[in-house]
Amino acid sequence: MIDSVLDLFHEQQRHAAAHTDARPRLLVCAGTGCVAGGSLQLYQALSRLAEAGGLAEVQMANHECDCASPAVTRTGCQGLCARGPLVQVEPAGLTYTQVRPEDAEEIFTATLRGEVVERLLYRDPATGEPYSSSTSLPDRTDRTDRSYPVSPFYRKQRKLVLANCGRIDPERIEAYLAAGGYRALAKALTEMTPEQVCQEVLASGLRGRGGAGFPTGKKWEFVRTNPDPVKYVVCNGDEGDPGAFMNGSLMEGDPHRVLEGLIIAGYAQGATNGIFYVRAEYPLAVRRLKIAIAQAEEFGLLGDNIMGTDLSFHVKFKEGAGAFVCGEETALMASVEGKRGMPRPKPPFPAVSGLWGHPTTINNVETLSHLPNIVLNGAGWFKSIGTPNSPGTKTFALTGKINNTGLVEVPLGTTLRDMVYEIGGGIPEGKAFKAVQIGGPSGGCLTEQHLDLGLDFDSLQTAGAMVGSGGLVVMDEDNCIVEVARFFMQFIQSESCGKCVACREGTKQMLALLQKIVDGQGTEADLALLEEVALVVKDASLCGLGKTAANPVLSTLRYFREEYLAHVRDRRCPAHACQAYKEYYIDAEKCTGCMRCARACPAGAITGEKRMPHVIDQEKCARCGACLDTCRFGAVEER
Amino acid sequence: MSTRIDAARAAEAERASDQPSAPESGNRLVFLDGILAKRGYQKSELIGVLQDIQEAYHYLPEDLLTYAAIALGLKPATVYGVATFYAQFSLEPKGKYVVRICDGTACHVRGSMAVLSAVRKKLKLADGKATTPDRMFTVEVVRCLGACSIAPAMVINDQVHPNLTPEAAGLIVDTLMKRGSDGEATEALPAATKETQR
Repeated sequence: MIDSVLDLFHEQQRHAAAHTDARPRLLVCAGTGCVAGGSLQLYQALSRLAEAGGLAEVQMANHECDCASPAVTRTGCQGLCARGPLVQVEPAGLTYTQVRPEDAEEIFTATLRGEVVERLLYRDPATGEPYSSSTSLPDRTDRTDRSYPVSPFYRKQRKLVLANCGRIDPERIEAYLAAGGYRALAKALTEMTPEQVCQEVLASGLRGRGGAGFPTGKKWEFVRTNPDPVKYVVCNGDEGDPGAFMNGSLMEGDPHRVLEGLIIAGYAQGATNGIFYVRAEYPLAVRRLKIAIAQAEEFGLLGDNIMGTDLSFHVKFKEGAGAFVCGEETALMASVEGKRGMPRPKPPFPAVSGLWGHPTTINNVETLSHLPNIVLNGAGWFKSIGTPNSPGTKTFALTGKINNTGLVEVPLGTTLRDMVYEIGGGIPEGKAFKAVQIGGPSGGCLTEQHLDLGLDFDSLQTAGAMVGSGGLVVMDEDNCIVEVARFFMQFIQSESCGKCVACREGTKQMLALLQKIVDGQGTEADLALLEEVALVVKDASLCGLGKTAANPVLSTLRYFREEYLAHVRDRRCPAHACQAYKEYYIDAEKCTGCMRCARACPAGAITGEKRMPHVIDQEKCARCGACLDTCRFGAVEER
Repeated sequence: MSTRIDAARAAEAERASDQPSAPESGNRLVFLDGILAKRGYQKSELIGVLQDIQEAYHYLPEDLLTYAAIALGLKPATVYGVATFYAQFSLEPKGKYVVRICDGTACHVRGSMAVLSAVRKKLKLADGKATTPDRMFTVEVVRCLGACSIAPAMVINDQVHPNLTPEAAGLIVDTLMKRGSDGEATEALPAATKETQR
């Protein structure tokens, strides 16, 4: 039980001693991607080896206290998901990729001997040169014995909110304490008034990481100055954007940081109630946060009289039930109250009348996770990272047609080129880069002309996109931009809550028009109509979901109008992706005249004599591809 | 890879022991009362109550919805409204294996729709149907599972299958179909990973 700040320091020193010695540690990634690849079996295999001898004994010899850290640790997402399952070796700073449970023994013995399993190191896809892992972590900069260069995936990253993610066991509060956890809370409680915390956050220029980028300090000021004795702070963990998993990984990988941020937010605003709202699609994040809450309560870092001070703060947990619109703050509040998650008009803003009519602040997971660093290091430090108007770092989920899919954190203002070609390692199979969709279904696309654009709140706004929560989905030449726009519209249309007409009907009409174009029935008049409807939906919708629903359409029309025109005017899909524009031919050389395709064709478009080459009548062909599926001789070609 | 199966079995056993058993008849309402009491008969806990019912029965039976409405002092229509608003809830019984195919952006641009049609074809699902007539399989399309880095992905009863191709997904479904209704794992699930790396 931590009864005072002094207690906290003692606890930290105790645990830090156990974590920072030179004894080798194996960190097995237990993020969603690596678990799917079998990392838990790998962890079990390594743990068995550690228990059987070797490291377990070393561990016993070094530590007389009861807080010895295991030599084999499960961690949150280490980032390079594309190459998972991952194992990091500390303190050597090595990353092994695509590790199988069968490799456990080799890794274990080599580590004990201080050797390296070279075949498992991450290598440059082009040159085959082996790489080591991150240098961006504070205690690694002074390392001189490194014999491998740092992988480009890590080189330009700067991990602040993800500093512990992939390095500590997220299910042990001791590990977070050893890494300096809850020190920011102690500083805020004992050295700063709530007003000073608010001022520091305002001065740091921290902007909300959930999408719109509103200054966090300003939002807080409204709630702090409200005289209502009952106030709520809510952690928005309803990361619903398809293609984004940063918040999920953060909650899975370092839940105590999010919790510490929430308690600081509560203290700064005079709120004694905190609520976690996390989507049910993240079962691992839900589980680890619940563990973190229980541990913090047990240690006296949550509940009544935290660390012996006057602050009492209680946290409740709410699981979402699968509705994208609940990321919108008024909808989220309705959902917390047990109702349908439908937005309402603002004002009144949640800061004035939120949950059950009381002042409420809703902050994104990542926004909250920045707070401990800001409180500890000050606003000036935070402002020195990133750009003047968008200070700090931002996490991005790098996915789609890119070599290094994974979780990254970079200073705001990092260029798109660095993201795609340096960190992302370029496009697979030598294909051409086409576009990046940023900010999910509310965002827009960036093209080749934006490669040297710095990713920050304002420059993205100018380019017709937005940071959003930070999903970056890379598309190559094989992706049809019209089809992608249709995909987003289908998503938005099915997630529209139906409250306001503009969004409910507008998204339906836009989807119908896009479907028509994808199906090969579109005209140029449809394009004009699409643009008109898009602008109405943008202007007339009630909430953020509707106001941004047209963004994918408007931004693809802006940068890829030629591709739309190719569909409606020239009747072709330049990416060869849309089924309706495909053509099927039979290779007379390969066709054996077995007649399977002719029987399978629903349109009766295939004719030919038995044992003679068959022919497809392009006029009758419905472009269903049934012939391609049934042919056993590979004679049907798709163009 | 028998370790994988062992782990899956262990997880299944753990789930089964964790969960209060869901009675099929008679004391269903007593069971529901337990849930309601645990959640303090609070109106604001409605979503949590529905989640608990769904976890036990894999769908929301109508009689339990009505009972929950009365017990919480809500109109049945309100409860129905909430139950139909959120994608997580189902008013229809689901199959033994719930196959959730992710169609988030990352999965979509990497070909999740081809995976979906391969699975539906393999299960011979008629258009507009989600569950097979023998109630073994339910196929759902879900929004982002947060497994974007291993796209396209599908989840079958909480096990994530990464980096799918239509063929790999078909193989996995085949294996589950062979297991049949006895539920005994006679054969390991094929590793779905396509060798995209190295």
